[in-house]
Amino acid sequence: MIRFDQVRKRYPGSDEILRGVSFEIAEGELVLLTGQSGAGKSTLLKLMAAIERPTSGTVLIGNQNISKLRPAVIPYLRRKFGLVFQDHKLLYDRNCFENVALPLYINGVTGSDAAKRIRAALDKVGLLNKEKAMPITLSGGEQQRLAIARAVVSRPSILIADEPTGNLDESYAGEIMALFNAFQQVGVTVIVATHDVNTISQSPHRALHLSQGLLEVQITEFA
Amino acid sequence: MMKHRLNQHLQAIRLVLARMRRSLSSTLMICSVIGVALCLPAMLYVAVDNVSRATELLQGDAQISLFLKQDIAKSAVTALGEQLRRHPAVSEVRFVDRDTAWREFRSGLATDHPASSLEQNPLPDAYFVKLKQTDPESVSTLQQEMQAWDGVELAQADASWIKRLYALLQLGKQAVLALAILLAFALTVIIANTIRLQIMTQREEIEVSKLIGATDQFIRRPFLYAGMLYGGGGGLAALLLLYAGIVSFNRSVAELALLYGSDFHLHTQWADLSLVLVGTAVIIGWLASYFAVGRSLAKLQQAG
Repeated sequence: MIRFDQVRKRYPGSDEILRGVSFEIAEGELVLLTGQSGAGKSTLLKLMAAIERPTSGTVLIGNQNISKLRPAVIPYLRRKFGLVFQDHKLLYDRNCFENVALPLYINGVTGSDAAKRIRAALDKVGLLNKEKAMPITLSGGEQQRLAIARAVVSRPSILIADEPTGNLDESYAGEIMALFNAFQQVGVTVIVATHDVNTISQSPHRALHLSQGLLEVQITEFA
Repeated sequence: MMKHRLNQHLQAIRLVLARMRRSLSSTLMICSVIGVALCLPAMLYVAVDNVSRATELLQGDAQISLFLKQDIAKSAVTALGEQLRRHPAVSEVRFVDRDTAWREFRSGLATDHPASSLEQNPLPDAYFVKLKQTDPESVSTLQQEMQAWDGVELAQADASWIKRLYALLQLGKQAVLALAILLAFALTVIIANTIRLQIMTQREEIEVSKLIGATDQFIRRPFLYAGMLYGGGGGLAALLLLYAGIVSFNRSVAELALLYGSDFHLHTQWADLSLVLVGTAVIIGWLASYFAVGRSLAKLQQAG
């Protein structure tokens, strides 16, 4: 599904953030991406979602080499992903329902069809009773769940989350991880970047550990 | 596919209309600014158009006077008359023979006027010719043509005032054009700036949309429609202002015209004028927002 081969990434005027990273993620897998802040987790996720391009090496999504894609087709590639951003990137000028509606509108889904799917997504993250609420009135955990609802509403095949449990209490973090597990159960490929030790230790899933731009160890645990 | 396309456009229009409804007062304000700007050249156009219509009526009198040679034979005079009547550019021919002219001339004179003591009739036979075409060029070509005819002493076209009027009208038309171009430029700037500000306020939405797979067209589309709607709304506002102006002008001018026994009033071809006015405004709106969106998106791309 996703394959990195000797991927390097350097931003202009900085050190190399990724220094030759190779791995493969199978379809339907849930993978944790661990490492301290600054280890290159976000950069790796950005490469995965075709938000950045590698300096060298290849990134294959499906069978598409993202370095070779024309800019015009990248939006369509991105629609395969559900993205949960570190800073949520919710739109605070509209209510929860409209926030979740955005990816559907981009896909051209509107009307009652869209409403049904938006409510289903809100229901999945337990926010169905808050559809008219403005995001600013939600708690941190609720905002994160709203961001997840937005990421999954267009039923992406790959869900990518950057530090989704970052600033949350332990109980909230557990809830969120349970959500990701549930998505994996229905066949979604899930990649979660985290530096939260609890999350990592409690997870039965494979973890890719990034350290100073290198993939250090591949821990494989089985529940 | 077709339906999907259509749906995308409807979606963008619905989005824009919703945004405009939310900020109704500022939308109306922008439309009225555009309306006022469009209304100015339109009013000037209506004025010039009406003056030129009025001069067409006056030019019904435009004529050439043919004074014949003194020694011309009667048959030649009749032949000239025939030639004039057959001429395609001539609408009416009036003949005044020299005796009649002399009688009329003398009856208008005081008895002690030096001319009344003249023994011989100094006046020639004359044809007064009304013309179908009344623009200065064709009048002066005809005048030259007739001057060359046998038996014609002098062909006189009293066209200099027409020429002056024409020059004036031409100037008026150029003024309309110049004003229209200037204001079109101003409109482009106004609309482009409005759209640019809107893009800035929706910056976050644009950034997030791009991250989750929105195409550039998807992002551009609502703004293009916004520009077109501003233009269209402004065009309608201009029509409204123009209509109000013309109705009130006609009401006050009607009394004045009545005193002169004329039924002069401002005449407007509303269908054509509305089409041109609104159409131009919509096109300007589209162009302006196209530029604005292109530039702003490029800037956002650099920043993100």
